[in-house]
Amino acid sequence: MNRLWKEFTKGIFRENPIFFIVLGLCPTLAVSTSLNNAIGMGLAATFVLVCSNAIISLIRNVIPDKIRIPCYIVVIATFVSIVEMVMKAYVPALDRALGIFVPLIVVNCIIMGRAEAFASKNPVLVSVADGLGMGLGFTLALLVVSFIRETFGSGKIAGLSISHSFEPALVLSLAPGALLVLGFLIGGIRWIRSLRSY
Amino acid sequence: MDKIFAIILGNLLINNFILFKFLGLCPFLGVSKQTRSAASMGIAVIFVMVSSGVITWLVYQHLLLPLHIEFMRTVAFILVIATSVQFIEMVILKTSPALYKALGIYLPLITTNCAVLGVTVLNIDDFFSGNKAVPGSFGFSVLQAFFAGVGFLFVLLLMSGIRERLELADIPESLDGTPIAFVIAGLMSLAFMGFLGMKV
Amino acid sequence: MADKLFVAHAPHMHKTESIAGIMWRVNLALIPSGLVALFIFGPAALWVMASGVLAAVGTEAFIQKARGQKVTVSDGSAFMTGLLVAYNLPAHCPIWVAAAGSIFAIAIAKQAFGGLGRNIFNPALAGRAFLVAAWPKYMTTFTKPFVYDAVTQATPLSLIKEGKASGMVDLGLSYWDLFIGNRGGSLGEVCILALLLGGVYLLCRGIITWHTPVSFIATVAVFMWAFGSPEGLFRGDALFQILSGGLVLGAVFMATDYVTSPVTKKGQVIFGICCGLLTGVIRRWGGYPEGVCYSILVMNAAAPLIDRFVQKRRYGVA
Repeated sequence: MNRLWKEFTKGIFRENPIFFIVLGLCPTLAVSTSLNNAIGMGLAATFVLVCSNAIISLIRNVIPDKIRIPCYIVVIATFVSIVEMVMKAYVPALDRALGIFVPLIVVNCIIMGRAEAFASKNPVLVSVADGLGMGLGFTLALLVVSFIRETFGSGKIAGLSISHSFEPALVLSLAPGALLVLGFLIGGIRWIRSLRSY
Repeated sequence: MDKIFAIILGNLLINNFILFKFLGLCPFLGVSKQTRSAASMGIAVIFVMVSSGVITWLVYQHLLLPLHIEFMRTVAFILVIATSVQFIEMVILKTSPALYKALGIYLPLITTNCAVLGVTVLNIDDFFSGNKAVPGSFGFSVLQAFFAGVGFLFVLLLMSGIRERLELADIPESLDGTPIAFVIAGLMSLAFMGFLGMKV
Repeated sequence: MADKLFVAHAPHMHKTESIAGIMWRVNLALIPSGLVALFIFGPAALWVMASGVLAAVGTEAFIQKARGQKVTVSDGSAFMTGLLVAYNLPAHCPIWVAAAGSIFAIAIAKQAFGGLGRNIFNPALAGRAFLVAAWPKYMTTFTKPFVYDAVTQATPLSLIKEGKASGMVDLGLSYWDLFIGNRGGSLGEVCILALLLGGVYLLCRGIITWHTPVSFIATVAVFMWAFGSPEGLFRGDALFQILSGGLVLGAVFMATDYVTSPVTKKGQVIFGICCGLLTGVIRRWGGYPEGVCYSILVMNAAAPLIDRFVQKRRYGVA
């Protein structure tokens, strides 16, 4: 139980995929214009991560070592296709907002990275805990970035306007703003870490 | 003619894959420390983009659509990309060892480069409407794949020049490395906004 | 440290000049334009300039103090950045906009890269590009000259871009109006006479060379003469293109920035020509009426590559 908890929490803070390991950046930048998109993307990626970790861990002793990467890709792509179809059917608006970044979950380095680095070497339950933790860590990071960009870039929180006298800096909701916000967030988190280690 | 210019300008500058679509950021951050390796990576990406652009279009048009299994798009495309990367790697190894030495280590990385899968998916989104290829669809797809790659190479080269110059700069410690690379990319993206709304 | 940096980055300059000496001379060269702006746009221009300069100097001092470095605001470089940010703004924009532009310019475009001599992009122009993307409505509302209230008037370039005018006659302006600054525009860019005065002073003092400004302006002139008119080739109004927009301000004061442009003369000519081409392309076909700011920023990003390419060639020959 202890081990499960440890593997679960490490992804959320200590080894947060975006802020510390710096993986899976493309969707972080692209879909972080609003909190709603961020939650949708985060949950979709978490679902794929948990399922692919579970399956890969189950079949880890069956896959020949030489072709393991293509096998992982097929497993991941299958779950991504499921997510794609579910989204198209039940939340078409979200599907349109996320656009090509839904199919692109396939090449999200976090998922491939966890398959290779964790699920292929560990039993099922631990792998699921790892996948869940990493997925929620990814979601959390997306929420932070999109909160900053939505609040200061379009003056809204989860789609609701804040105040008329506040003049949002439009640039934050555009492409340059995404890059700058993520850069300074990662820098800021490193800085806080360096303070703590003294 | 207008559409051709729109595709070229769009992929090269206005909607550059790295700066505005945020595709291919991992290699952009990882391989932009030296101009030489940046150039090799960029050329390898163009190569893979065009060849997988061609194959995925054919697969979609002649396999997935007739069989009504469009939902297999993601699975099929990523397999095509992975195989074509492997294939290109073998061909280069056999025909030109020198080229293999220059590009070899970058090729496997390209499989998980989201810019490649991105361009193939975008080709389908842009140049198919209601499950039918628009006129000129194949040509547009190849053009888009090629210029997306050229735009990627262009920005990667600029970035590598900048990072080489910054090697000795006294950048605040917590910003050094990835964060400053993002800041540079952000400022480049601001600069490239000048091309917004360009029409020929 | 500062002196070593200076020699390394600018082999073509008089070694006896200090950074502070150069920066304050550039500031001096900027003064005529500032005075004219006061005369043309009234006291509003003064507040914008003051706020830009104060915010720039304050940000620089704050960051240097926070990083435990020597505070070097007396070298005049932050002052210059703040002033240039203000020169790139409409005279009646809110003063907090000017302050925000200066803070962005100093904190993000300059200090994040390690401070003076290390920045890749011209800080003032990065600040302007940021403001245009952040608060476009303040950055595109220009006011009528010599009417000290905020009576709006579009710039000549944007009237042409929007198709509301096609030449000097429609605009109701003479070349002389453009030359002395009787037109709408950013507060420091309108009076070409004052800018040239400053430019000539910098040339005589050996602080800038002719290579970048001349190649930049000449390229815009030739390009717009050839392609600038929708009516056909070689029918564009080259003189109008030189005198309007921020071309002279950008070419003389910002494309010549030592840190963000190539070090060799050949590199500077290439830099200037490319800036000119991009400016022409944006003015003619782009979504924005003016492209000087963006073309210099894009070329700033390319400057390290130009240096590499040009130097390599030279060593190869020798």
